[in-house]
Amino acid sequence: MNIHLIAFIVLGILAIASAIGTIATKHPIYSAMSLIVHFFALSALYLTLQSPFVAVLQILVYAGAIMVLVVFVIMLLNLNEDEKQTIRIQSRNSFGIVLAAIFFIMIVTFIMSNPLNQPNSTNVYNLFTAQSLGSVLFTKDLVAFEIVGILLLSAIVGAIVMAKKKLIN
Amino acid sequence: MYLTTFGIVLVFFIVGALFVAVGLFTAALVRPKNPTPEKLRTYESGEIPMGSPWIQFNNRFYIIGLAYIIFDVELVLLFPWSVVYKTLGWYSFIAMVIFLMILIIGLVYDWAKGYLEWDKPNPVIPQLNELIIHRKKVNKEN
Amino acid sequence: MNEILWISLEALIKAIIILSLLLLSAAISVYLERKLSAWIQLRIGPNRVGPFGLLQPIVDVVKLIMKEDIVPNGANKFLHGLAPVISLAVAIMVWAVIPVADPIKIGDHIIQMGISPNADIGILFILAMTSVGVYGIALAGWSSNNKYSLLGGLRSSAQMISYELSMGLAILSIILISGSFSLSDIVNQQFSHWGGFRWNIFIQPLGFLIFLTTAFAETNRAPFDLPEAEQELVSGYNTEYSGMRFGMFFLAEYANMATSSAIITLLYLGGWTLPFAPSAIGLEQGTWILGLVQFVIFAIKIYLLVMFFIWVRWTVPRFRYDQLMRLGWKVLLPLALLNLILTSFGVLFINH
Repeated sequence: MNIHLIAFIVLGILAIASAIGTIATKHPIYSAMSLIVHFFALSALYLTLQSPFVAVLQILVYAGAIMVLVVFVIMLLNLNEDEKQTIRIQSRNSFGIVLAAIFFIMIVTFIMSNPLNQPNSTNVYNLFTAQSLGSVLFTKDLVAFEIVGILLLSAIVGAIVMAKKKLIN
Repeated sequence: MYLTTFGIVLVFFIVGALFVAVGLFTAALVRPKNPTPEKLRTYESGEIPMGSPWIQFNNRFYIIGLAYIIFDVELVLLFPWSVVYKTLGWYSFIAMVIFLMILIIGLVYDWAKGYLEWDKPNPVIPQLNELIIHRKKVNKEN
Repeated sequence: MNEILWISLEALIKAIIILSLLLLSAAISVYLERKLSAWIQLRIGPNRVGPFGLLQPIVDVVKLIMKEDIVPNGANKFLHGLAPVISLAVAIMVWAVIPVADPIKIGDHIIQMGISPNADIGILFILAMTSVGVYGIALAGWSSNNKYSLLGGLRSSAQMISYELSMGLAILSIILISGSFSLSDIVNQQFSHWGGFRWNIFIQPLGFLIFLTTAFAETNRAPFDLPEAEQELVSGYNTEYSGMRFGMFFLAEYANMATSSAIITLLYLGGWTLPFAPSAIGLEQGTWILGLVQFVIFAIKIYLLVMFFIWVRWTVPRFRYDQLMRLGWKVLLPLALLNLILTSFGVLFINH
C-alpha cells in the first residue's frame, strides 16, 4: 500500500471525526478545540499534497488567529447554563441542510470537471509554492490583490467600530 | 520528498510526546495523593472564593483579537510577495506600498478615533471634603 | 524499505539528541537565572547541591515530580491537564526547523544538523507555532476556575497576539533580504557577504530592536511579565498548577527563552557561522570538527542572549497593561511597517 494513501486515509478520518466533534459537542470550548484539531488535520493533508506553504498558512491564519478570537469570545462571554439554553438555535436545521446540499453539489461538479487533469496544468502542485503564488498575485491578479486590501480595510474599520459601539452602550 | 522531511518532523513529534508522557507517568507513580477540601479550594489570597470566576469580561480583549486577525491576514498576503520581490522589481514595490497604505489608513483611522486606546475604568476618586462630610455624617449617626 | 528504516533511525537519534539538548539548556537557563539574579541582588544564590550549586536544577525537577498534583474544585479536569502539554509541545516543536550547524559529511552520507533544517518554510513554521502557543496559556487560565488564572490567561493571550504582528513584520523584512523562508539560507546569506560579517543586525538595526522587544513579550518575560505579575495576580495563569504540570509550564518558559535566543541568533547575529572562512584555521567544510565548532559558537551566542534576558528581568520594572498595549499597537507596529517599507526600498535600490 502506498504511503501517501495511508497518510491520506488517516488524516482524512481525523479531519472528518474532528469536524463532527465540532458540531456534536455541547460545550463551546470543546467545539473550538475540535475545530482546531480539524485545522491541523487539514494542514497535514496539504502537506501530503506537497504544499507546505499552504499548510503553514492554514495553521497561521485559522488555528493561530481566527480560533484564538473564538476562544477569546468564549472566555469573555462565559455563558452560564440557562443562558446557553435560550440561545440554542433549532429552527435553522433545515436551512443548514439546504446549504450543505448546495455545497456538496458544488464540490461534486468541481471534481467531475476534473480540473487537476487539464493538459495545461500538469504542474498543478507548483502553483501552491510561495514563489508561484507571489508571482501570480503581483502580475496577473494585482487588481484583485489590491481589492483584497480594500476589503481588509473595510473589515478592520467596520469590525472595530461595531465592537466599540456595543462597549459604550 | 516532502513526506520524508515531515516524516522526520513526525518522528521528532512522537519522541517529544513520549518524553512528556513518561514525565507525567513517573510523576503519577511517585507523587502522593491525599486531597483535603482546603487543598482543593481555588486560591483567592487566603479568602474563601466568592462567586464564579467565569464572569463576562470587558470586550476590549475582543477588539485586540479582531485587529490581530486582520493584520495577520495582511501579513500572510505579504509572505508570497517577499520571496519573489527581488525578481519583480519596482513595479511590485509600488504595488506593495499601495497595499500597505490601504491598511495603514485603517490603522490611522482607528488610532485617530481612539479605538486603539486601552479602555481604562473611570474610578470616582473621593475628594477630601467629601470624605470629611462622610465622616461627619457617620459621627452624627453614632 | 531498508532506506526508510535508516532515515527513521537517523531521525530518531537526532530527535533524542535535540530533545536532550533542549532540556539541558532549560536546566542551564534555570541555574543561570537563579545564580545571576542572586548576584544582581547581592546574594549568593544556590550553593548547597553539588559544586557551586550546579546540581540545583536536577533537584528542582526531582522535587517537582514528587509533589502532589492538585486539580482544584470546579476546574475542567481535561483542559486543566491538557494546557501545560500544549505549552510544552509548542516549545519543543519549534526546534523541528532550527539548524544548529552546517551539514556534516560522514562517508558519502550528508547529515543535516537539526531535525529538518532545510524545510523551505522554516521561519513561517516558527511563526505558526508561536501563534498556536497562545492556547496553552489561554486554556490554563480558563480551566482553572480561578479569577487570577483567568485574568492572567486573558492578559497573556492578548499580549502575545498584539506583539506577534510586529514580530511577523520584522521577520518579513529579513525574508526580503534573504529571499527564502529557510533558516539555513538566512544564516548562509549572512555569512556569504562582507567576509562572513554581514550580520543582519547591521543592516536591520531597527528590525532587530523590534524583534528583541517582541521576543521578550512572546516569552512573557519581564518587563512584559504581566500575566504572572505576583503583586496583582499571584502567579497568573499557573496559579492553580502544582507538581509536574507546573513543572511543564516552567520548562516551557525556559525552553522558550532558549528558543527565542536561538531564533534571534539565526536571524540577526549570524547563527553558527565563524566570522571568517573556516579553512583559515584549517577546518574543512563538512567535517565533524567544524560542525562541533559551529555548534559551540551557536551555543555561546544563545547563552549570551539568555543572560541578557535574565539581566533585563532583574533590572527593568514591569509595564502597566495600557502601556504595554500602547507600545505594541502604537509604537512597535508603525515602526515595523516603516522598517518593512524602508527595507523593501533598500533591497530594490541595491539590486537594480
